[in-house]
Amino acid sequence: MALKTEEMVLNMGPQHPSTHGVLRLELQLDGEIISDVIPHIGYLHRCFEKHCEAMTYPQVIPYTDRMDYLASMYNEFGYAIAVEKLMNIQVPERVEYIRVIMGELQRIASHLVALGTYGADLGAFTPFLFCFRDRERILHLFEITCGARLLYNYIWIGGLSHDLHPDFIRLTKEFIKEFRPNLKELNELLSYNKIFIDRTAHVGVLPAEAAINYGITGPNLRASGVKWDLRRDDPYSVYHKFDFEIPVGSGEKGKTGDCWDRYFIRVLEMEQSLKIIEQAIDQIPDGDISSAIPKRVKPPEGQVYARVENPRGELGYFIISDGSVNPYRIKVRAPSFVNLAVMGELCKGHMIADVVAILGSIDIVLGEIDR
Amino acid sequence: MMYDWLYQFTGSSILAMFIVSLLPLFVFILPFALFAVLMERKVSAHMQDRLGPMRVGYHGILQTVADIIKLLQKEDIVAAATDKNLFNLAPVLVFIGSYAAFAAIPFSGVFIGSQIELGLIYIVAVTGLVVAGILMAGWASNNKYSLLGAMRAAAQIISYEIPTLLIILTIIMITGTVSLYTLSEMQTAYFWNWLILGGPETGIQKILFIPLMMAGFLIIYISTLAEVNRTPFDIPEAESELVSGYHTEYSGMKFAMFFLAEYANMFAVSAIVSAIFFGGYQSPFGYLGSALNLPWLIPIEQFSWFTAKGLFFIFVQMWLRWTLPRFRVDQLMEFCWKYLIPMAFVILLLVGLITVL
Repeated sequence: MALKTEEMVLNMGPQHPSTHGVLRLELQLDGEIISDVIPHIGYLHRCFEKHCEAMTYPQVIPYTDRMDYLASMYNEFGYAIAVEKLMNIQVPERVEYIRVIMGELQRIASHLVALGTYGADLGAFTPFLFCFRDRERILHLFEITCGARLLYNYIWIGGLSHDLHPDFIRLTKEFIKEFRPNLKELNELLSYNKIFIDRTAHVGVLPAEAAINYGITGPNLRASGVKWDLRRDDPYSVYHKFDFEIPVGSGEKGKTGDCWDRYFIRVLEMEQSLKIIEQAIDQIPDGDISSAIPKRVKPPEGQVYARVENPRGELGYFIISDGSVNPYRIKVRAPSFVNLAVMGELCKGHMIADVVAILGSIDIVLGEIDR
Repeated sequence: MMYDWLYQFTGSSILAMFIVSLLPLFVFILPFALFAVLMERKVSAHMQDRLGPMRVGYHGILQTVADIIKLLQKEDIVAAATDKNLFNLAPVLVFIGSYAAFAAIPFSGVFIGSQIELGLIYIVAVTGLVVAGILMAGWASNNKYSLLGAMRAAAQIISYEIPTLLIILTIIMITGTVSLYTLSEMQTAYFWNWLILGGPETGIQKILFIPLMMAGFLIIYISTLAEVNRTPFDIPEAESELVSGYHTEYSGMKFAMFFLAEYANMFAVSAIVSAIFFGGYQSPFGYLGSALNLPWLIPIEQFSWFTAKGLFFIFVQMWLRWTLPRFRVDQLMEFCWKYLIPMAFVILLLVGLITVL
């Protein structure tokens, strides 16, 4: 007699330790093997885009902080660029430099969370705390600058809320000096660990073509071997003045575009960010940071799309203005939302443990997906 | 031994039996579990650049006591759809399984719960109860995560028992005994008599045994690590995948039972490893008691040596846990069946050859 078997449906989340927030994954399981994954989103929906229509342009900035709450600086950065483009504001040089420094520090902080939680997802808890220890120092830098540690409201339309703290340059240099050896330690502890490589190499391979078809951007796209970085390919702010490389995945431990590549690309990007910060600190000009801030933000009628390379990929703001003080419509192209779509494709045929590894390597933030 | 003495002392066999069986629990396991939990938190904290518990008592030494009191006060939640009888029985069974192993562990020359001739085999057999308890917990919880965790645990524990037993078999071939007491007595005097260094034999045989015993020790240590579900083999509990595996649905004192059993088990396997390979309760360099002619000092020294060895192996377990990531379930099985078991077989054959020749 043949034994009757059936597939099991397992609800992973929204309350689950490793869905990185309130994502719910509906897993179709054949034993421990995944036959299908359906992500259910919306548990963190806060009507960001609709809210914006009832607010003035500067009032939107604190709300952008709350989208990708691990990369708040960069959300403000993108929004400020979009509105400035709409209003044709020329921003002082010093402001641009500070924005780049803050953005890159934020990128490091965000990647540290990604790498740390990725280690924790795979059962290595110590790298998680090492990463958070280093992130804490970046948060301290933000705190002395603008008083906030997570949601900054720092980058304003046409300027910044505060100038740099007198200690900022010194502390940042100290941080860079001490962070480089820590990065090496992270590599020894986690990146080149045999078990870690076994868990991540050859798992969730995303070929370059599929990545492009799905609209994947950011580190996930570069891990698949596509050299595409908006900082280089569609430069904004003062990024064209800095010398940095764009690391791409090479399949060093497995296949190009596997989880290990997606993990390691972030380590390499942190090094490049350090390089950019070092150059920016050396070149930073003097100047007034608030001279270009408009008294009354009332853009002319029209529409604009501005995009920046957020730690998770291409963050785009599409703004339609009807000439009043409130935006007529704001649409955000959120990188996490687009990147999550590939989840089902990557997971098929893998095991439950791999779902965690793949989800962690895509590095989503639910605040941005649901908005 | 303990029993005989107590029997003479109290004159009642029931009372003596009662004391002997409860002594390890109250004198050893409970304080040990309290200490081990604190140790785990302190070790992990210092490895991770943190301080760990600092508030309750000096450097947080009373933290686990406070935790236990909290657990005692908690409501005992039994979900509606669980199989009540099995659900309630499971933690008891798991606890019995790991507690019963302590009966045959020689803490010192005079403090052995029960001096069974088949000590080693008994421990391996009785810890098998744990698997039944875990499966029961997973099934009765009526939770998919618990069930997955329990299935993984059963597969893992049973697989890893094979290399453990093969190495134990090798030890039996060399020493001709299964009693942990006799094993410890054989490795007396100095540390070069320990089995990891070839045992009490002399000459060429001892030298030939050394590499084999070292490999055997590694195999048995790794597989016992897997049997007690510690990282990198903590797949049944895999927090980031299965929430917390088979004890997801447990709360309050029942959860504490699982917790206690885990730590008791950690010590049990460390004790077996040190009894087999590292001379058990024997001191590595003779006794202060015999040098000073104070015979009552010897058992105390032996007890301290035994605890120290056990704690050292537990420290290594913690060290590994806070350093390594976790295997995937298929890699874990592969590691056991493709590497550990063949290697254990080779060691068994080679030791057999050496002893025959």
